[in-house]
Amino acid sequence: MASFGTFALLIGLALSGYAFFAGLLALAFRRRQSAALSETARRAGIAVFVCVTAAAFALIYSAFTNDFTVEYVRQHSNKALPGIYKFSALWSGQEGSLLLWAWLLAGYGFVLRLRHKVDPKLVAYASVVLAAIQIFFLLLLNFAARPFGLAARAVEDGNGLNPLLQYPEMVIHPPMLYLGYVGFSVPFAFALGALAMRYPGEKWIHITRRWTMVTWGFLTVGVFLGMHWAYSVLGWGGYWGWDPVENASVLPWLTGTAFLHSVMMQEKRGMMKKWNMWLIFITFMLSILGTWLTRSGVISSVHAFAQSSIGVWFLVFLGMTFVVCAALFILNFDHLSSEHRLEAILSRESSFLFNNVIFLVACFTVLWGTLFPLLSEAIQGTKVTVGPPFFNRVMVPVGLLLLVLTGVGPLLAWRKTSLGSLKRNFTVPTLIAIASGIAMIGLRWMTPWASLTEFYSWTTIVLSVLVAATIFAEFGRGARVISGKTGQNVVAAMVHLTRRNTRRYGGYLVHFGVVLIMIGFAGAAFNQEREQEMGLGDTMQLGRYKLVGKTFTQDDTPNHTSDAAIIDVYENGKPLGTMYPEKRLFKANNEPGTIVAIRSTLRDDLYLVFAGLNATGTKPIIKAYLNPLVGWIWFGVVITILGTLIALVPNMQAAEQRQHALAAEPLAVEGD
Amino acid sequence: MEKQSPVVSRQSLASAISGRPSRSLRFKLLVRVTVIVLLALVFMGAGDNAQRFSTLGHGMVCPCGCSQILLECNHVGCQYSDRMRAELQAQLNAGDSDEAITQAFTQKYGNTILAAPTKTGFNLVAWIVPFLVLALATLFAGMVVRRWRTDGLGMAAAPAGAPGFDRFREQARRETEI
Repeated sequence: MASFGTFALLIGLALSGYAFFAGLLALAFRRRQSAALSETARRAGIAVFVCVTAAAFALIYSAFTNDFTVEYVRQHSNKALPGIYKFSALWSGQEGSLLLWAWLLAGYGFVLRLRHKVDPKLVAYASVVLAAIQIFFLLLLNFAARPFGLAARAVEDGNGLNPLLQYPEMVIHPPMLYLGYVGFSVPFAFALGALAMRYPGEKWIHITRRWTMVTWGFLTVGVFLGMHWAYSVLGWGGYWGWDPVENASVLPWLTGTAFLHSVMMQEKRGMMKKWNMWLIFITFMLSILGTWLTRSGVISSVHAFAQSSIGVWFLVFLGMTFVVCAALFILNFDHLSSEHRLEAILSRESSFLFNNVIFLVACFTVLWGTLFPLLSEAIQGTKVTVGPPFFNRVMVPVGLLLLVLTGVGPLLAWRKTSLGSLKRNFTVPTLIAIASGIAMIGLRWMTPWASLTEFYSWTTIVLSVLVAATIFAEFGRGARVISGKTGQNVVAAMVHLTRRNTRRYGGYLVHFGVVLIMIGFAGAAFNQEREQEMGLGDTMQLGRYKLVGKTFTQDDTPNHTSDAAIIDVYENGKPLGTMYPEKRLFKANNEPGTIVAIRSTLRDDLYLVFAGLNATGTKPIIKAYLNPLVGWIWFGVVITILGTLIALVPNMQAAEQRQHALAAEPLAVEGD
Repeated sequence: MEKQSPVVSRQSLASAISGRPSRSLRFKLLVRVTVIVLLALVFMGAGDNAQRFSTLGHGMVCPCGCSQILLECNHVGCQYSDRMRAELQAQLNAGDSDEAITQAFTQKYGNTILAAPTKTGFNLVAWIVPFLVLALATLFAGMVVRRWRTDGLGMAAAPAGAPGFDRFREQARRETEI
């Protein structure tokens, strides 16, 4: 199977090379026979997907059949490993995760090339760009990070999978994140292609919008699944530690989000063309930079599961990408001039511009903090740590500015917003937000003057209320109009409204999801924690919860041994259930793993960690956290994804028109 | 009982007449206030130390290689975190200042145990640059908006219903429809 996989990758590389060079020649010559050449390049691109799929299958098959002659399988799997984790072993190491990248890229390329009739010439350009990226990854897989390298000696069993990765979310988190990372290659390819061919009009933006939204959705899911995984597995009570790998995942998300907003300016008003071009270039390059940060080992991270010296390859590729982008941009600079000018400061256009600026500042700040240790070492010869205290201090104000724009931006009209309209749209939401802020203080939920953290938390919630109120007001206004016209009740009218303009109201739902997430973040200011031995009958009071130690138990499976504490939980004397925080020791690599027990409600999470046994080995030591509002984050993500899915659905009118057109087509044929 | 009542009454009466508490009442009041102040000081001190322990502990990372905040490191058998937490507590109990504790830890474990750059020397750049970039970017955006707007001014508005503008009105309707 190793030979099969190796040959599949080699053939894939050859086909990618053909797809690139033949595609490029066909575009360069533009003669009649070049159409046939272009078609062969397209088909070669499709065949690459078959080859890389075969290679991925070969590696998974080797893991499932315990083929420890393959070095990668020996290092990342073992006989006792549950089947689902053998599957996820594909992306648990350097070579495998690069293979996953190449596979997903080939998959995206496959879909794009199948749908070439959308715009054959533009797709031909994009296909060449994708083939070039594919060549880079297949070169890596064939020569620098070979997944089918053979083990130096025969072994009975493998080293097993890193315990941190033996968690259900790890089966879906990396593919989601990679679908996001890799997915930005497609809008990047379209943008570069459109620039190279001096594409007339903004159709390429329409074509890529859906790709970008799907990609953005995957990246969002990937980032938040990673947060949930960190929360559930790392056992330190938090979900985001501003670790370099976490930062790397959020960088393209920030610029990608900025791009999704600013393309609307180009679509509607023919503005910000140069800006958009660079936004998508930067987003793609940040995806590559993120992989470089993760894989090169230049910055230490708890998430860096696979590090090696392939960083140089990524830097070279990054450099080449920048040169190509800059050259094409300079050559076609005149093609990217704006068609319209701004007419008023109070307008949707200017809000998009400010929104983009803040997103880019956020991206820069995260990148700055991530790379500052390297800069410090280069300039003053000493490395420094840039961790949560730095990022929390500098990112919270930026996040609050974005939150304000989330509420304000969508309610500003294109071209010009009058002060009257501004007053009409914002008076009630502002009053509601102010009232909520006063109520939180009056009810003694918060004392914003007590500390900066509490002030930020209070401000976040007040602004979240403002944004939520503007969104509800907007839905309400639209629903009332529909209701008045059709006689539907308000809920039905809201559904009707959303179906009529899925993009707009899906977008509002995404914003509402973001609001919920921000409220969840604000809860972190009120986290509580305690640690103590919890033997039989020992009690611990944490917030409104009372924990009572029962005993602890042990288990032994082929994969691991484990100690688990049994803790009864009460709230105001009422039993809520039993929790089992667990500590595992994985046999294959003798490494420990934490299985956190979490009792989650929208109000707060009770989070128990089995920290170990006491000195005499008779009592478990339990670390307990009370984390308010964490559930809002996960709920907010679900709403965000729901909004994204709605925005992807065609408008009711557009779908109806399409149906009418389809229905009319056979009639026309009959008529002929 | 009968004898005591008039005494109490006299004291109360005297206090009431003079408007000042009697000596014994003043003494009791003084004792109570002293106890409350002492208790408050003790508890405030304890609370302060606990707060300082949390603040300082969250300002350092564990040097075991896990890259986690010192108070959040939960590695089984970690060689550093438990010992460092005990050292931190001991120094707080000894009454050392935050600066002295931070200096002692960095001397012993190196600068990288601080979870954020210090606000001195070159490290100050780390703190300044993000806010500087935010200010410059906002200024830049403001200038762009201003320039765009200035470029768009100076045109006389066509009267409503003026002939020859239907195409543009249609375009405006199309573009502004979301």
